Amino acid sequence: MNIIGARNISYTVSGIFVVASVIALLLWGLRLGIDFTGGSLLEISYTQERPSNVVIKDILAPLELGEIQVQQTGEKGVLVRTRDIPEETHQRMLSLLRGDKTDVTEQRFVSIGPTIGSELKRKAIYALSLAIIMIVLYIAWAFRKVSQPVSSWKYGIVAILALVHDVTIPMGLFAYLGRFYGIEVNALFITALLTVLGFSVHDTIVIFDRIRENLRRHTSTDFEETVEVSVQENIVRSINTSLTLLLVLATLFFFGGESTKYFSLTLFVGTVFGTYSSIFIASPLLVTWQRWSASRRG
Amino acid sequence: MNARLLAIMLLILGVVAGAFDAPAYANRVLERIPGISMPTRPFRLGLDLQGGTHLVYQADVSKVAAAEVSESMEGLRDVIERRVNLFGVTEPVVQVESTGDNERLIVELAGVRDINDAIRLIGETPFLEFRTERPEKERNAILERQKQGEQLNEDAFFIPTELTGQYLKRAELSFDNVTYQPVVNLVFDDAGSDLFAALTEAQVGKQVAIYLDGQAISAPVVRQKITGGTAQISGNFTPDEARQLVRRLNSGALPVPIALISQQSIEASLGVEAFNQSVRAGVYGLLAVALFMLLWYRLPGLVAVVALLLYTACMLALFKAIPVTLTAAGIAGFILSIGMAVDANILIFERFKEEMRAGRGMASAMEEGFQRAWTSIRDSNVSSLITAVILYWFGSSLIQGFAVTLGIGIVVSMFSAIVVTRTFLRAMRMKEGKISRFLFNTSS
Repeated sequence: MNIIGARNISYTVSGIFVVASVIALLLWGLRLGIDFTGGSLLEISYTQERPSNVVIKDILAPLELGEIQVQQTGEKGVLVRTRDIPEETHQRMLSLLRGDKTDVTEQRFVSIGPTIGSELKRKAIYALSLAIIMIVLYIAWAFRKVSQPVSSWKYGIVAILALVHDVTIPMGLFAYLGRFYGIEVNALFITALLTVLGFSVHDTIVIFDRIRENLRRHTSTDFEETVEVSVQENIVRSINTSLTLLLVLATLFFFGGESTKYFSLTLFVGTVFGTYSSIFIASPLLVTWQRWSASRRG
Repeated sequence: MNARLLAIMLLILGVVAGAFDAPAYANRVLERIPGISMPTRPFRLGLDLQGGTHLVYQADVSKVAAAEVSESMEGLRDVIERRVNLFGVTEPVVQVESTGDNERLIVELAGVRDINDAIRLIGETPFLEFRTERPEKERNAILERQKQGEQLNEDAFFIPTELTGQYLKRAELSFDNVTYQPVVNLVFDDAGSDLFAALTEAQVGKQVAIYLDGQAISAPVVRQKITGGTAQISGNFTPDEARQLVRRLNSGALPVPIALISQQSIEASLGVEAFNQSVRAGVYGLLAVALFMLLWYRLPGLVAVVALLLYTACMLALFKAIPVTLTAAGIAGFILSIGMAVDANILIFERFKEEMRAGRGMASAMEEGFQRAWTSIRDSNVSSLITAVILYWFGSSLIQGFAVTLGIGIVVSMFSAIVVTRTFLRAMRMKEGKISRFLFNTSS
């Protein structure tokens, strides 16, 4: 199986995924949770009968909270989402919902003001950008001694292109999930994306490291051949490492708590595409770039 | 050093770490040996695993001079912490967070049932009260009971009275004519004056204690009945302390006004459920990885699994010792680092197989394997560390938990792969032959 030779297929496949994700993002956007938008979330559970959503909205009507979203969760739980409310209103909500019964327990209450929400959005963008920049710099530095035939900066840029690919696709997935399944994106999602950046580059670096070693050994004068050999040598290792990570993430998805479910899903998808991109995108891109700049020069 | 000796030492380290992690089990075994037992320290759990409240207050420092801002925030923090302690919460967290021009206060209360009370108490005006001496017999009785661990919240020395800060008209700073020491004058309103007169009349010759927010700040002996409606607090104040006290009593509020901008509270049972699920996921994850390593890499795989167990024991011990607050995301980070810890081993083993295939003998193949793999391991882990650091800066306490466990996990896993795996493998050197080839899976 000639990986570098078949790079056009890889580019096409990735291209389709990336374009699809970008379209999904532009069309539907990510569904932002209250971590980003601010607002309140009240989770209660009933020990006996759980009233319908309409009934609950009616109960809360006298508070004049504007738009209220009510969602059922689990067997006896209800999630009530409103705009950001002060503690007093929260208590009034609870007493209205309890009425004269005592079978309602409050499981969770979150109220986030708008300043914190927009701050988190800003921080998320900074964090992602900063991570990408730092990684480019680090790779360029780590590979500074391998400037032929591809300069060390190019390693960094290629790695970043692969990373952007790895991050865009999970985002596209969640745009889709948000639109059709109402899955929201919260601070943990950004955490997962940042982690995917870390892991994916981990993988890519191992392959680049092998390319560097083979270049030093001058095993072949043809860059493409060197890269191909390096990738082939690494495939088993790459896949095994990802496999252990995926095993662990799968157990987390199935057995871990509710709060980390979508977190592990994001990581899972990111890791799959991360491994794929290290092998089928990052390395071939090096060759393509070298070919292209060589043809420009000559 | 002899590899075998080092291997044994590492195994012992693992067992000790394991005992530290699960002292209950360890102590059952150690009971037979007099004088030795493992200290029991619980793991520190985040709010989402034990239930509790996370509050963020925005402090309004617009009226405070720039140079005094951090001092005011510290003062605010102290006052709030004192109030929070009244709740008897184990290890409350009260922190100042200054970002840009935002001064914030973060309060985390684990296991508090009624958040409403907590929020009300935190935002309230400082509580001033006058207390009278408790008769000796009662005092001793309470002290006795406190030694038994009961009635710990009762004040053994003084009894609260009706006279509290609500009767205070104003507080003034002045200096004693004779000693030039700063003193605080309290001026009561009419009702307060009457109460104070009655109080002092009854307590001549005894102490009357002045309490602020549950702490005694002065306990002078009453010399005579005071009818003027003024009281003087003189103690070992510095002028600054006296000024601050006056300011607080007068403003009827905290050093700086605060507003609640974010609140998260989680019921304890939800937390316990999340905790159990996280632990279960962790155990299954570990099992899955161990199985895979054994099946694919055989004997080196076994070595990797042992190294992994050692890694897990050490990580958990570190979490207990530092201590690191574990959140659901934090445990996820730990589980992830298990997957990553294995990666370094895989790198080494694949290298090793390659070198063997290239014709080297087992011993030198091993050494070459380590040498070559090291640069990959180092570079790839550094990049993950970079993201962990950025995550720490980016996140709230819940996310920081993840960044910390991931970061520590990466560092410890590098150690575990390089030192532990290498030592064990070296200790297991054996003669070449069919058996060793099978065990090391080098026929592929």
